[in-house]
Amino acid sequence: MNWKVILNIAKTHLITKIKQTAIAALGVTFGIGSYITLVSFMTGLNTMLDDLMLNQTPHIHIYNEIKPSKNQPLTLYDELSNSFHVVHSIKPKLNQKKIHNALPIIQYLEEDDQVRGALPQIKTSIFYIAGSIEIGGTLTGINVIDEANLFNLRDYIVQGTPEALDITDNGILLGIGLAEKMSLAVGDRVQVSTSKGDVFPLKIVGFYQSGVADIDAVQSFANLKTVQRILGEAENYITDINVKLKDIEMALPMSKKIENQFDLTAVDIKTANAQFETGTTVRNLITYAVSITLLIVAGFGIYNILNMLIYEKMNDIAILKATGFSGKDVQYIFMSQAMIIGFVGGILGLLVGYVLAKFIGTIPFETAALPRVKTYPVNLNPMFFLFGFIFAMVSTFLSGYLPSKKAKRIDPVTIIRGQ
Amino acid sequence: MMTPILEARHIDKYFKKPVKFQVLKDISFGINAGEFVSIMGKSGCGKSTLLYILSTMDTAYEGELYLNNELITGQNPDKLSYIRNKHIGFVFQFHYLLSDFSVLENVMLPAKKLAEKSPQEIEYDAIGKLQILNIPHLAKKKASQISGGEKQRVAIARALINSPSIIMGDEPTGNLDSHNSDNVFNIFKQLSEEQGLSLLIVTHDEDFANRTHRIVTMEDGRIISV
Ligand SMILES: Nc1ncnc2c1ncn2[C@@H]1O[C@H](COP(=O)(O)OP(=O)(O)OP(=O)(O)O)[C@@H](O)[C@H]1O
Ligand SMILES: [Mg+2]
Repeated sequence: MNWKVILNIAKTHLITKIKQTAIAALGVTFGIGSYITLVSFMTGLNTMLDDLMLNQTPHIHIYNEIKPSKNQPLTLYDELSNSFHVVHSIKPKLNQKKIHNALPIIQYLEEDDQVRGALPQIKTSIFYIAGSIEIGGTLTGINVIDEANLFNLRDYIVQGTPEALDITDNGILLGIGLAEKMSLAVGDRVQVSTSKGDVFPLKIVGFYQSGVADIDAVQSFANLKTVQRILGEAENYITDINVKLKDIEMALPMSKKIENQFDLTAVDIKTANAQFETGTTVRNLITYAVSITLLIVAGFGIYNILNMLIYEKMNDIAILKATGFSGKDVQYIFMSQAMIIGFVGGILGLLVGYVLAKFIGTIPFETAALPRVKTYPVNLNPMFFLFGFIFAMVSTFLSGYLPSKKAKRIDPVTIIRGQ
Repeated sequence: MMTPILEARHIDKYFKKPVKFQVLKDISFGINAGEFVSIMGKSGCGKSTLLYILSTMDTAYEGELYLNNELITGQNPDKLSYIRNKHIGFVFQFHYLLSDFSVLENVMLPAKKLAEKSPQEIEYDAIGKLQILNIPHLAKKKASQISGGEKQRVAIARALINSPSIIMGDEPTGNLDSHNSDNVFNIFKQLSEEQGLSLLIVTHDEDFANRTHRIVTMEDGRIISV
């Protein structure tokens, strides 16, 4: 095969038909450009929504669930073991919320290869006291810096910093909804009261905004030690352990393992957010459906142009064949034309898509639900560009194949006689 | 003894559409190296049809065809393309050039396809062929921008570029005035005498035919005199 000659002929044909060539290439540009724009915007949105939900959420949440004992005293009685038991009005056993041996469990989990981190938390119900009214809420004791590193706490602090909370002994990171209700500012003090009735003054070091108003109206954070002191509990008092894994897919098996091993409740992220993936799938589906439609249209454009070109170049084809070019040579000439159109149109499309996506990324987009997001999210993944390019080449190959096959079969004698 | 360049043995050809009829009937003849042969015959007697078969473009026939003592009949299409490229130069009645390319490129294309020489050598050869035909000044012109007689000479230059064993022409002077027609005849004559090239030319021009070495006469699909 003599590619230099073939490409030279292909190039000359395209240049003499530059208008039609440009239109065909623009079709591809349009298809690929839309694909890149759509896919980067859609996956940007997806990632943002995923982050909203999943970044804050531990892959495995371990706690002591309050539930009735599986083994009622009756079942311990051997003589009745083969009979049918009916027990009325089962009440939950007075269970401690505390995770027994929490610190050794955390240490054990941290040593596991699958685990990125296991963080202790203390969740407790409290009242915020503002003048004469009391507002019910939740105070969570955390390891501030670790939470910031593993669960992006920083993204949800709208005023103040994690570091400030970490070093302030009686500090509190107040939910933004609470702050608005009680008209408090950073630096103010707020009084909290435990369910036992003890009252503590805490210094506000920042505001927390999760984006979910119901949470922001009740949730606050403080250091583990602060919460332990408020509750009058020892340093090993831990009510929850949040685990982040290296691979989210391991959440389910790992949670089962933990439940069996420690006799605790361990909920994995997939079970907790089962409905979540559907939205992502639908958005992806729309993106690809639209892009493929555009590319099919572009493909028909190329098919048309090539058919027309072959019709116009019948004489050239006959001459080439009469002077010793084989059918395959002729086919490759027209195939290369399709591929050149696809290549140029595709590369332009990638550029156009990139510019458009970048542009979308500068459009302001502010929402209370996402305090850190200021512009529309776009995700410029290099894989999209690779995929878009392959997409362009494959679709032009397919649309060039049939016309070029036709050119291969043209009988020079018929054309020469036709003159 | 003469060495045959091209030999046809018992060639029959039928057209099936619109009704089956036999265009060529038991055609047998040969052309020797350096011979300048013309084919004459009434319109419709099958001259073009025969030439397409001899030039290997048409493969739907019965009988055998030899080029340089090698059987051509039944070879695969790629091999036939190669044979046309290397051994056969074809000149059509209408000046068949690639109109988007320059004159020089048109002449060079078959040699570039053959790819036995470097591009520089090919260009040098092509200019040489244009000089033989007295049109080197047209080299850079677009093929669509030259006159009919000039096109005919470019087509001959192209047929010569790979130094073929034989040149075939289907009424190559049919479209030319008597002056240009003379010119083309002289070029052919010169090629045959000086370079020992074999030529097989279909013509209706009796003067032209009379000045060739030999006239093959056809009638109704048969050769009636060689
Ligand atoms: N594709 C075809 N299908 C059917 N019949 C054909 C076809 N091509 C040619 N013919 C017939 O075959 C016969 C020979 O045609 P051909 O073109 O070989 O004649 P010719 O001798 O070259 O004539 P001319 O001198 O006018 O060029 C004619 O009767 C023509 O009508
Ligand atoms: Mg004819």
